[in-house]
Formats: sequence, structure tokens, C-alpha cells
Amino acid sequence: MRAAIRVAGFISLILSSGQSLAEYQLDMRPGVTSFSQGAYEIHTLVMWISVVIAIVVFGAMTYAIINHRKSKGHKPASFDDNLKLEILWTIVPFIILGFMAVPATKVLLDMEDVSNSDMSIKVTAYQWKWHYDYLGEDISFFSNITTPDSLSVDTSCNVEMDENYLLDVDNRVVVPVNKKIRLLFTSNDVIHAWWIPAFGVKKDAIPGFINESWFKTDKPGVYRGQCAELCGTNHGFMPIVVEVKSEEDYAAWVGIQKAAAAEAAASAGKTWTMDELMAHGEKVYATNCAACHQTSGEGIPNVFPGLKGTPIVTGDIAKHIEIVVKGVPGTAMQAFGGQLNDADIAALVTYERNAWENNTGDIVQPSDIKAAR
Amino acid sequence: MSAVIEEHHDDHHDHKPTGIGRWLFSTNHKDIGTMYLWFSFTMLFIGGALALVIRAELFQPGLQFVEPEFFNQMTTLHGLIMVFGVIMPAFVGLANWMVPMMIGAPDMALPRMNHWSFWLLPGAFGLLIESLIMSMMGMGSAPNFGWTFYAPLSTTYGPDSTDFFIFSVHMMGISSIMGAINIIATIMNMRAPGMTYMKMPIFVWTWFITAYLLIAVMPVLATAVTMMLTDRNFGTSFFDAAGGGDPVLFQHVFWFFGHPEVYIMILPAFGIISQVVPTFARKKIFGYSSMVYATSSIAFLSFIVWAHHMFTTGMPVATELFFMYATMLIAVPTGVKVFNWVSTMWKGSMTFETPMLFAIGFIFMFSIGGFTGLMLSIVPADFQYHDTYFVVAHFHYVLVTGALYAIYSAVYFWLPKWTGNMYDEKLGKVHFWVSTISVNVLFFPMHFVGLAGMPRRIPDYNMQFAEFNQMATIGAFVFGFSQLILLWNVVKTIRGRSTVKATDQVWEGAEGLEWTIPSPAPFHSFTTPPTVK
Repeated sequence: MRAAIRVAGFISLILSSGQSLAEYQLDMRPGVTSFSQGAYEIHTLVMWISVVIAIVVFGAMTYAIINHRKSKGHKPASFDDNLKLEILWTIVPFIILGFMAVPATKVLLDMEDVSNSDMSIKVTAYQWKWHYDYLGEDISFFSNITTPDSLSVDTSCNVEMDENYLLDVDNRVVVPVNKKIRLLFTSNDVIHAWWIPAFGVKKDAIPGFINESWFKTDKPGVYRGQCAELCGTNHGFMPIVVEVKSEEDYAAWVGIQKAAAAEAAASAGKTWTMDELMAHGEKVYATNCAACHQTSGEGIPNVFPGLKGTPIVTGDIAKHIEIVVKGVPGTAMQAFGGQLNDADIAALVTYERNAWENNTGDIVQPSDIKAAR
Repeated sequence: MSAVIEEHHDDHHDHKPTGIGRWLFSTNHKDIGTMYLWFSFTMLFIGGALALVIRAELFQPGLQFVEPEFFNQMTTLHGLIMVFGVIMPAFVGLANWMVPMMIGAPDMALPRMNHWSFWLLPGAFGLLIESLIMSMMGMGSAPNFGWTFYAPLSTTYGPDSTDFFIFSVHMMGISSIMGAINIIATIMNMRAPGMTYMKMPIFVWTWFITAYLLIAVMPVLATAVTMMLTDRNFGTSFFDAAGGGDPVLFQHVFWFFGHPEVYIMILPAFGIISQVVPTFARKKIFGYSSMVYATSSIAFLSFIVWAHHMFTTGMPVATELFFMYATMLIAVPTGVKVFNWVSTMWKGSMTFETPMLFAIGFIFMFSIGGFTGLMLSIVPADFQYHDTYFVVAHFHYVLVTGALYAIYSAVYFWLPKWTGNMYDEKLGKVHFWVSTISVNVLFFPMHFVGLAGMPRRIPDYNMQFAEFNQMATIGAFVFGFSQLILLWNVVKTIRGRSTVKATDQVWEGAEGLEWTIPSPAPFHSFTTPPTVK
């Protein structure tokens, strides 16, 4: 019965997708930066040279297949080499390659010139989210996927998908238009790759290394991309969204960010109620922990431990806080001390100790975290 | 050739143990070749089943069948099994069967080593597949870091089964190195009188060069996994930045192995096509010596292009330019080979039996993979192609419609010689046409989703990629199941009840020593060496 429903779901999906067929993309898009356009042009050039060569070679082969066959009574010729011809088809490809190499070199040299930038953003990759740090601006934040329930298997085919399915985040990178933005890439754990197709920028974020690249565009808009290097279980679920705004809108955004940071600093000292902690903790958990430990707190057997009813979260509070703050070396459990503030961690620990019928009744305040650091 | 002088009883043509012992203890090149080929065929269906799990999950957006964690295990094991368990053993199997017959030798030079190098493989893949079975039973995770196993994902963050994987790769490496030593020793020492190097069949030449590549790079792979082993278990930090190590070093070591490995999987295919095309064109191979020089050039270039797999890791611009130019150069000798095959067909007298169909399919579709390879060598464009489905399309054109098609061509070409029976020509043609149509439905749309921006190795994707993924999945299932036609044809030919007996020469245009001995080939092909004029 379930199988029948599934098949019916597939069929209806195929039928409905017929309507959206017009949207599909066959070729690379030119993008909005000088080197995405450069990459597009060189891609188009090499592709068409290949098509022409293919037509000549496959054409000759097809002619022979049609005409030089035994069933048509064709007798085999006896030649088995031709020095002039062989020299010719060794030299000519060299010349054709030269025509490709010159423009390719030009575009590459432009791409690798990161000098004279207007601002710099440091991008740090984590399993499985991005952290952005506006150097010299005192703005930094994490950027997480927001597609609901994207990580669990659902055989009903009823997942709601909009056009930005898997490509939406909670905090976008906002940059001003017409400015040369320098990006510095590194990683906190494994190798990731930051890729926005419309910018033509794809660079690996490697632990222990700092890579750099840049982009500059005159077209405001929202640009989306994904991690492009296999980085573990949720590799497919760490999108990138960059919003290019006008100079004034960007300045306004910077103002809002700074006000929010000041507000967070002010609330760090206050004493929270259980309800406040639980409500905030659930949000922090969903953003930072649910990818591995799951929303249900049950984890993934033999891959990520569960938190429901386990001594890790029902036992010693100090030990629990230490794991969250310092991580567990040699495992996927990161040190969240540098990623979350005192209030976030306090709410998170309180939530984990009381959610999923753990019901320990423990309350942890931001001041406890401050003391434990 | 059938006149045999018997000095010792054991030298008798067809003396061989019977029953299971014949296979377990065999040091005969034909029996070992047969076992290699059956091993490869078995792995093809296992690796193919994993690919179908991947394609089923990617049939539509959303997660329907497997968790992302299991999906990663599927992509990893699919790659490892297809590369090390299918393509490489199939070529070694063909070399075992054909090299002694083509050079006029009775057997391989080192038969006991031959025995050992085969029997390491079931152990190696047993370990690898065992980790998958344990994963399915809920005990730990199988390797999940991609067949390229980049550190630190495979070291600090690797599952416990990574140590099984390391041991398994070591065994595969030892097996390959011994196989390569054996092939070189055989070719150097056991050629029939009069067969100079420049008279050897092209298949023997390409395998000779491939064997040197294997000896050069399999130890490099062993080095990479040994460094992983000590990083994981003995406190070293080769690839761990926190301990002063370098994660990019891993990629340099891996691809210094990995790029010649790509040619290890295609040079013997070039050799097969160079045997099949002249046979069915009834005309000598065009440009024999340029074929040999082109193969050698490709082998040389394969050592100086490895970093083209790593353009996004952030290399100095001069390094990027060097690897771009060196990679583009490979197009020249590869082009020479394709032009030579076309010239061999030109003004021939062609017939289109199944081996020829697969060879022509190879030339068309391998060339498509070659063109996308040229596109990938261009660094600025590679930034857009890298780690997308465009790359997946590229290497499947080269490895499936390239290497695998050449293996199919070889199997149909030599099966009558191996079994003494003709295969079913009609079934063979059906196999070719169903495979060729479905394989293009499977892989061609991957170019489009890659260019549109779909990264590889993701279990779920945005709606914009849905149509072409559906198409690819449909192609995958048809292609996968159509390989059963080959299995049926092979079984039918071996049983030989309803098939025509093969003549010694088998094909009208066949030339070479292997066609001078009876079909099926006797247990020891040439007990007295033939003379080559």
C-alpha cells in the first residue's frame, strides 16, 4: 500500500514537473562579475572549438562507416601510414590549443589579482555552516540553512519546496555594490569550498590555510551557491547567500547589525527564567545541534550520539557545559565556546537537560557559563 | 602449432586439476585470467547496485530512500569498487589471458605470483564490502569520504572502518604491483623469436606501458594511506593542520597517484580498440609507430598534470598556468590516436559485429569525454566546473563509455577464442544498442545540471535540477539492468549448447598469434615458440 502511494507520488511529480520544464538550464550562466563573464566566454569558446573538431572527426568516421563497408563491396585499401598527414595533425592541434591558452591566461591573471580591495570578509567553514567576519567592522555572524526538515527521509513526497529549496540561510552576507570585496577563506574542521556560480568564485576553505579571492559587481541582487567540496554528512545542506545592496542600504544594514550586537551584550548580565531559557534554547539547538543530534534528540545510531535520556545531559552539569564549550577532540563534536555567547550556551544546556522528557529541572544562567569558561 | 613435443608428462597441453581445486590452486594464466574477469563482473553488479541507490535517491528533490550519511557511503564505495574492483581487474584479466597468447608464450613469466596477486583481491574487497554490510546492520559506518578520501575528512573525522579501508587499499596495491611486475617480466622475456618490440601487438604495448605506470604510482597510493594510518593511530600529523601538518599535501600525494591511475584505466582500452578496429576494417592499423609514441607521451604527461584536480585549493598563479598548459598538451597525443583509428577505418572493408560496435561507440563517446576534459583543463572555466556534475559526466564518459566499453568490446572479441563457441550475435547487438542509448540518457544530462550549478556528492538538490536528474535516473536503471543481457550471453556461450563452434581464426580479418592456435585455446598456448617473421 505504501509502495503504491509512493509510485503515485512519483507519477504526479513527473506530470506536474512538465509545467516547469521551461525553466531548466542547459549552459553555464554568464554571471555578474568580470571573471564569471571571462569564464563563461572561455567556456563557450572551447566548447564551440570542440564541437567543430567533433563534426570534422565524427563526420569522417560516419562517412567511412556508411561507405567503406564490406556489404557494399568495398575492398580494403593497403595504406597504413602517411607521414605528412601525421605531422599535420600533430602540429595543428598545438596551434588550436594556443588560441585557447591566451584568453584563458588573461582571465586567470585578472582573477588572481586581489590587490586594492575596498573591504575584506573572512569566511570560516564549519561542519555544516559558514561564519562571516567583516574585518575592521566588528560584524560577525554564522549563516545556517533554513529549509525546514531538509535532513530527514520523507517517503511521502510531500516536502514543500519553493524555488530556494536548500538554498536559503538565516543570515545573509550583505555587501555594497561596485566595491572590490576581498574574501579570506579558512576552515575550522575539514575542507569545504565556497562557491557562488554568478561570481565565478570557487575556493577551498582549508584548515590551517588562508585562501583568498575577490569579487566586484555592479548589479544589486541576491546570489546563491553551495558548498562544493564533500565535507561530511550534511555537505549538501550548507548553502551560501550573498546580498549585494546599494551603498546606502548597506550602511543601514551595518547600523542594524551594530545595534543588535549592543543589545545582546546588554542582556548578557540579566537572570533568565526557565521559560525564557527553554524558548531560546530550542532555537539555539535547532540551528546548531539538530543537524547531528536530530530535532528528536535521538541522534543517528552509531554516527552521532543521542541526547534523550543519556547521562551526558542528565548527569553532571559542569561536565555537560564543558563538552558544549570545549567540544570533544577527535570527533565531530565542535567547541561551541567560540561560536555562541554565554546566554546562548546557558539556554542550550538548560534546554537539553529538560527537553525530550529529560526533565532534570536544572536551570543554567549565563553567569554560570561565564564562570565555567 | 598443435604439434607438441612431450618431454615431461606435466607439460601435456590440457593436463589440469579438476573440480574446485583447479580454480583455488591454479597458476595457469588462462584460469587466473578467467577468475579476474568473473571477479570484475561480480563487482560490476555490486558497484552498479550502489549506483542505482544513488540514482534512486536523486530521482527527485527531497530525501526519499536513504539518509545523507548512507548516501555518502554509497558514493564512496561505488567509486572504489568501480575503479579498483571492476576496471583494473578486468584489464589485468584480459592481460593474463591475451598477453602470453599474443606474444607466443606458454604462460605468464611468474605463475605463482600471478596466483597470489589474484587471491589478494577477494580479501581486499571482502574487507571493504564487509564494512558496508556492518553499516547496513547498524554497526558503525562504512567509508563515507568519497573515493578520493581527502584528509582530514578521512583521518580525524573518518569512521572506525577507515582502518579496514586502509588495509584493503594496501592489499589492492600489492596485488596491482605484482600483476604489473609479472606483465613486464612476461613481455620482456617471453616473446616469440622474431617478435621485436616494434612488432608487438598494440594491446601488448599499451599494457607494457601501463605496467610501468602501475609500478611507479601504486607505492605512492600506499604512502598516502600509510600516512593516514599513522595520523589516525600513532599520533603523527602529516595531514593535520593543528599538529603542523598540511591537508593539501594529501591531495598532492593522492593525485600524483590518481592522475597516472586515470591512464592506467584507459591505456589498455586504447590497446583493445587498436586490435578490434583493424580486424573489422580488414586493414592494418594506421600509424603503428605513432600509436606507440602517442601512448608513451600520454604516459609521460600523466606524471606532470596531477594538480589540475586541485585548481581550487589556492595555488600560486604560475603553478596554475603550468598545470593548465601541461594538461592541454594531453589533447595532442590523444587526438593522434583518434585520428589513427579513423584513418584505419577509412577505405577499409568494414563489418559491424558486436566488438566493432562497442569499439566505434568507444571512439565516439570517449572523444566526448576527451573534449570535456579539454574544457576542464582551462583554469578559469574549471573554477565553475570543479566538483559539479559536469565533472561527473566527464569521467563517466571516459570510464563507462570509454574503459568499460573497451572491455565489453574485448570480451565479445575474444570470447569465441576462450570458449570455442561463438556468442549470440543478435543478443550482443541488442546489448550494444540498449546500453548505448541508455548510457547517454544517463550521463549526457549531467553536463547540463553541472553547468547549471549542481555540486556533486549531494543527496538532495534544488528544484531547478529536477528534470535532468529524473532523466539520468531512468537511464541508469535501463543501463544497469541491460548489463544482464551480457551476463546471459556469456553464460550461454560458455555452455555452448545452442551456439556455433568458433573457427581457429574466428574473425575473417583477424591477424596475430592468438588466432593461429585452436579455439578454445589449449591450456598452455604455445609449448614451442612460434616464429614471427
